[in-house]
Amino acid sequence: MMPISAILALAVITFGFRLAGPLLRGRVTVPAAAERLFADAATVLLVALAATSALLQGHGFAGWARPAGVLVAGILAVRRAPFPVVVIAAAAITALLRLAGVS
Amino acid sequence: MRFLWRTPRVLDARDPRLLRDVGLVCLADSIVGVSFGASSVAGHLAWWVPVALSVLVFAGGAQIAAVGVVLAGGSPFTAVAAGAVLNTRLFPYGLAVADVVEGPWWRRLPGTHVITDESVAFALRQSEPGRRRAAFWTCGASLFVVWNVAVLIGVALGSVVRDTGVFGLDATFPAVMLALALPTLTTRPARVTAGTGAIIAVALTPVLPVGLPLLAALAGLATRWRGRRDPRSGGGTGPAAKLTQVGGEP
Repeated sequence: MMPISAILALAVITFGFRLAGPLLRGRVTVPAAAERLFADAATVLLVALAATSALLQGHGFAGWARPAGVLVAGILAVRRAPFPVVVIAAAAITALLRLAGVS
Repeated sequence: MRFLWRTPRVLDARDPRLLRDVGLVCLADSIVGVSFGASSVAGHLAWWVPVALSVLVFAGGAQIAAVGVVLAGGSPFTAVAAGAVLNTRLFPYGLAVADVVEGPWWRRLPGTHVITDESVAFALRQSEPGRRRAAFWTCGASLFVVWNVAVLIGVALGSVVRDTGVFGLDATFPAVMLALALPTLTTRPARVTAGTGAIIAVALTPVLPVGLPLLAALAGLATRWRGRRDPRSGGGTGPAAKLTQVGGEP
């Protein structure tokens, strides 16, 4: 269930974060430490989100096919493969493994 | 007034490299958009949920996180909280491109709405103001159109094909998150922080309500306290660092 009120709330919060920067520019200077904390928090969330959504489905293990596809994508990303190649590789490896009977 | 309408050149045909890179990013994000639309509908959400999120929120990571939480049985509140925390990074982004989006309100509003990882990264790669503007608007505007069309296609696809798992689409989301985060993980402290957060989130997922483990992952930031005194520990983060990945630089 995703009520329209939740969507609107997220939309307003998101626009607020976007608007705050241009509005406050020149009036405030964000301390370098705070800016680094924002960047670090975003990175932690991205990696945690990648890990949980690769490994888990709901409260349990998602099966081997998905993390395997994500692992290959991660290796390609480290080797600086273009972004579309990374994304397509993740889907292709996962799909092929499932075709081969690996869940 | 004259210079006002001259500066925002949306399409700079003299810069084929910019157009090519924006095209690559749009292609990648369109795959994610199709996947997002398809998996939302396949998970029995109403068709307008992914569509409204894409138009109104227009932040891929937060949208997918929010829908992911809801599809896994979490509450709408947790979904909004997870999306909101992910979007805090838009605040420093807004500071970074404030000069690019300023102008009359009818340009400022859409400009503000298309502040994303990608458009900011493209803007920051240019040093000359006119080119910054062109890069930001070219990427932001194309991405808004491509993303929303892709989500619509995904919604259509998801209502026809019930088992989207066959195409491995569920693997595209973690792959995108990983590809966005990797360029910022250049230092050891950064990797320790992110790794700790990921372990906390994975370990807590079986026991906590869906969405909360993600917020608990922020406890990984505590590993930074000891490294505070080392000025070298925090480098390599932010949208500029992300661009090497997003832009598919050779």
